[in-house]
Amino acid sequence: MNQTEERKLNRRAMRREHAADTWRLYRKNKAAMLGLVILTVFVLVAVFADLIVPYADALQQSAANRLKPPSAGHPFGTDKFGRDVFARIVHGSRRSLSLGIGTTLISVIIGGIVGAACGYFGKLFDSIVMRLCDVLTSVPAILFALAVVAALGANMVNLIIAITVISVPSYIRIVRSVVLSIADRDYIHAARLCGRSDAGILFGHVLPNAMGPIIVQASMNVASMMLTAASLSFVGMGVQAPVPEWGAMLNEARDFMMNQPYLLAFPGLAIVLCALSLNLVGDGLRDALDPRMKN
Amino acid sequence: MLKYVLKRLLLMIPILLGVIFIVFTIMNFTPGTPGRTILGMSATQEQVDQLNHELGYDRPFFERFVRYCGDLLQGDLGSSYRTRQPFVTELAGRLPTTLRVGGIAFVISSVLGILLGVLAAAKQYSFIDTFSSVTAILFASVPAFFLGMVLIYVFGLTLGWFPTFGLADWKGYVLPVVSLSLATLVSVQRLTRTTMLEAVRCDFVRTAKAKGCTKGRIIWKHAFKNAVLPVITVLGINAGTVFGGAVVVESVYQLPGMGTYILTAIRSKDIPVVMSSTIVLSLFFCLAMILVDILYAAVDPRIRERMTR
Repeated sequence: MNQTEERKLNRRAMRREHAADTWRLYRKNKAAMLGLVILTVFVLVAVFADLIVPYADALQQSAANRLKPPSAGHPFGTDKFGRDVFARIVHGSRRSLSLGIGTTLISVIIGGIVGAACGYFGKLFDSIVMRLCDVLTSVPAILFALAVVAALGANMVNLIIAITVISVPSYIRIVRSVVLSIADRDYIHAARLCGRSDAGILFGHVLPNAMGPIIVQASMNVASMMLTAASLSFVGMGVQAPVPEWGAMLNEARDFMMNQPYLLAFPGLAIVLCALSLNLVGDGLRDALDPRMKN
Repeated sequence: MLKYVLKRLLLMIPILLGVIFIVFTIMNFTPGTPGRTILGMSATQEQVDQLNHELGYDRPFFERFVRYCGDLLQGDLGSSYRTRQPFVTELAGRLPTTLRVGGIAFVISSVLGILLGVLAAAKQYSFIDTFSSVTAILFASVPAFFLGMVLIYVFGLTLGWFPTFGLADWKGYVLPVVSLSLATLVSVQRLTRTTMLEAVRCDFVRTAKAKGCTKGRIIWKHAFKNAVLPVITVLGINAGTVFGGAVVVESVYQLPGMGTYILTAIRSKDIPVVMSSTIVLSLFFCLAMILVDILYAAVDPRIRERMTR
């Protein structure tokens, strides 16, 4: 075994140990474990939605079955078009989770690369990107997302773009500040003296150091991204009918609140439970990754 | 200090120009023309072209942008494509509603959030601390529109205590203000608690205790003054999000404010209204941020020293 391989193995072992430490701390946190269980259920429902109830059921309209209260055949009742609310909520979980988690992942990747480049290369590129971030954060986020959706057209992909655009600046700033704080460390100089390329230093040394703050920010952000997406769908500028989405379902429930409160309750509870589980997991991750924050 | 404020005010100009350019570009990409949107599908192409010409929409993109900025410099915020009313007139009718609801919500969430946060930190692990931590994470997970609908259902439709829409008297304000303020309230509470807990572990707090300060004096005079800086930043951000949240809450309660105004304008491609509303809201947001920095200086002599240098 030569030296490089040995180093690689060592590094891998250290990473495994760090992950095990994090998990040990996380497991002690009861609220975070509860959040993880609920979140797992939501993820399983989203992944196996088609096995639980066929997608056709979520779209199947039936004039005879309009606004039926919950029953054995329709556990969550039916909406104004006679569609099964349970099926719509099960399939709606795909939209909400992919909007929350998907947009966060995209933002982390874009923010990570751009932020690292800002901090590492500095100068003109840095100034331009930072001023652009200033501009993006000077408009109320939801308003900006609304305008983007209006420009590109209201559908799932454009909703993801809109929400990514409003969340990227915070990641750029975080990664940039981490990069700036470690750019002058000895091991960066050492790596450069060893002849590693800029990209090699960025991905091999700089980004791993920024991972902690990024994960903390991301885990705190997933739920609010999901809620923003639902809000946009609620005001009709997100996922479009007849695609099942929780926010849009709540909007449809507005006219029937008085006599069919279950149309309000089930999608609403789905949103709250899903966001709550994401928040609990986020809090738990933050405490486990950054024990200093814990009191 | 004055020099610093002036510098910040001047720095607002390029930022606002950036905002104007980006939103103008985005709105330009929205499908359809204002003429078609106003006249509807039944109008002939000639009528639509005629109206687009009247509105100046047939000019090239950059010409419209430069013309818009020129008008803006002269204090002309344009007129609505849809109603033909000057924007300023419509703003005067809409902005007070949003400012009242948003302002009340902002004050309530800030004051209550800070008070509850300090209380939770002062009595860590007590019932009130656990209770507020649980409600905080719960309300952080409830979107404003769902909260608004639940409040309408419970207090409006079922109990009949408050009206479900409009702002006829003070009662009309209760539900929108609650829906708008709860999420920001809990975020302020959580942050205040965290920063206070850090502050009460500091050496100067132990010193204050040792020299026999009363508990109230230690909390407010020593710990709070050191813990409040990050909270002020979040209050500044909240001032912006309260107006963003207005879009959703005004739509739930059908309030004639800026939120519903912008929503209608975006849907009907009413570019001057979208542009000018965005500028007004961004201006508010930037001013709030400057105010945050001034408050920083007012609270912390160390920062004041750095600014005046």
